[in-house]
Amino acid sequence: MGTTTAPPLFVAERRMVWPRIRFPAWAVSWLQVGPMMLILSVLFALPTFLFLAVSFFDYDRTGIYPAFILDNYKDLLTTPSTWRVYVSSLKFAVIVWAITLGLGFNVAYFLVFHIRNSMLRTVLFLLCAIPFWTSGIIRAIAWVPFLGRNGAFNQILMAMGVTQRPLEFLLFSDFAVIVTYVHLFTLLMIGPIANSLSKIDPALIEAARDAGASRWRTMTDVIIPLSKTGIALGSLLVFTQVMGDYFVVKTMSGGQSASIVSMLSTEIQAMQYPPASANAMVLVIFVAIMVALMMRVVDVRKELVK
Amino acid sequence: MIVGGPSKAGAVTERKPWTFYALAGVFCLYMAFLYGPMLVIYLLSFQGENGGVTFPMVGASTVWFQDIVKPGQMANIPVSFSRSMGLASVVSIITVVFAVAAGLGFRRRFPGSGVVFYLAVASLVMPSLLVGFGIGLGFQFLGWETSMFTSALGAQLTWTLPFGLFAMFAVVNRFNRSWEEAATDLGASAFQRLRHVTLPILLPGIIGVAMGAFTLSYDEYARTTLTIGTKNTLPLEIYALISSATSPTLFAIGTLTTGGSFLAIGVTLVLVLRMQKRRTAASLKVG
Repeated sequence: MGTTTAPPLFVAERRMVWPRIRFPAWAVSWLQVGPMMLILSVLFALPTFLFLAVSFFDYDRTGIYPAFILDNYKDLLTTPSTWRVYVSSLKFAVIVWAITLGLGFNVAYFLVFHIRNSMLRTVLFLLCAIPFWTSGIIRAIAWVPFLGRNGAFNQILMAMGVTQRPLEFLLFSDFAVIVTYVHLFTLLMIGPIANSLSKIDPALIEAARDAGASRWRTMTDVIIPLSKTGIALGSLLVFTQVMGDYFVVKTMSGGQSASIVSMLSTEIQAMQYPPASANAMVLVIFVAIMVALMMRVVDVRKELVK
Repeated sequence: MIVGGPSKAGAVTERKPWTFYALAGVFCLYMAFLYGPMLVIYLLSFQGENGGVTFPMVGASTVWFQDIVKPGQMANIPVSFSRSMGLASVVSIITVVFAVAAGLGFRRRFPGSGVVFYLAVASLVMPSLLVGFGIGLGFQFLGWETSMFTSALGAQLTWTLPFGLFAMFAVVNRFNRSWEEAATDLGASAFQRLRHVTLPILLPGIIGVAMGAFTLSYDEYARTTLTIGTKNTLPLEIYALISSATSPTLFAIGTLTTGGSFLAIGVTLVLVLRMQKRRTAASLKVG
């Protein structure tokens, strides 16, 4: 190794010697993955363990005290409003998941299989993505003038003679919350599904047709099974985004319902860290169970990491 | 024109199946749904001076656009915008470097790959506010001040890095390893192979990861709110504006953002087209 004093011109040739001091393959992989692993361990895993610990702490109006008590969990789980908020969040998550899946799959299918011009396809994809670049908060409140009493939607409906009086249920209701979620999150479904669909070999679809499969059979027996990784990933993203939502429910439901996270942030603002931590742990466990169930249905890892 | 030789592409374009029209309808409805409220925003951002955040329009003006840059209540918008751009740039650079490296690392099985994979999944699905909460707690215990390029940067990376890794899986899966083997057979060193073969081929995907990370960071709210310290980024500033007073200025910001996006995309498309043309010309010359 001490002879590496050759002029820089010959560096490229000297590299030929390298294979002798090559790292084993697994070490190279760890070097490549290491920085990300380090960041996620320090900034994600460690803080999670921290609030796991804090969730057992004791607290009063002046501060928090290290302890091991289960009172925070007991208080949380015996409060009826906790259960109400979880049920309503879960309801939103399921409804939004179903709508974004149906919409996202069809849009992705259209873009991948029906648009043959790749330039046009890129442009249409970008059209789907551009609103994503506007702040989610602005996009959420964009629905206020659209759905309001004198809003654009009501004006259109009345002009078309569908209703005589403006519809009241459109804004500040569960309906408004769902519409906003779908508006914000459908792209999260389109992306992964379109990626899965574009990897399907067209010959497989042709083979299915030649073998006499109807369009529907081709869809259920060939295309959907082959795109299940994208479906799973999209579902994962949409589901967790809705469960972790902070401002949509707050701004669009008109104060009628709360989300888990907005309930949590009220506790954080009141500096009640132990009950907030307990609340956070319950949410984490809940989301983890749902995600684990989804991963059982589709082995995302096996599909992604070949 | 085409004699003999049954061109399959021709047959498909001649008569499109009914599903094409049905799905085209779905797509158009989705576009209407996506852009409907956005159009309302664009319209209302030109609301007259005495108008409010809802219809009807009271005349038309550009007052609300001027309001964004005018010193006063909205004075923080340009400052917080530049902060957001700065933070998003740093996040996107770090994400690209580490996520691309990790994506390449995952191409072979290695002991512990499962741990890394599920750590990334967990980080991706973790409710956003909780990440910020945990990091904020940690900083408090250590007696550190939260700030943009420490805690907020870290909180955003826990979201953009797993995103980048998953995007890289999609990119790397399409990569044909025989090109790398060919480079090695021709005597390329590991570095040369990476620099001249692997990275150029993966470049479009890598740009996608960078743009995605930038967007996620630029619009990030829930992770940032508890970790940013005293200096707000744009989404936080916008949120503060909503809670204090609503005015069409918010819509003007939305209109500007969309205008900026279209401009950026237009420029990128033109550049890509030009690059493709040059590449085709070059390959024709070689061929």
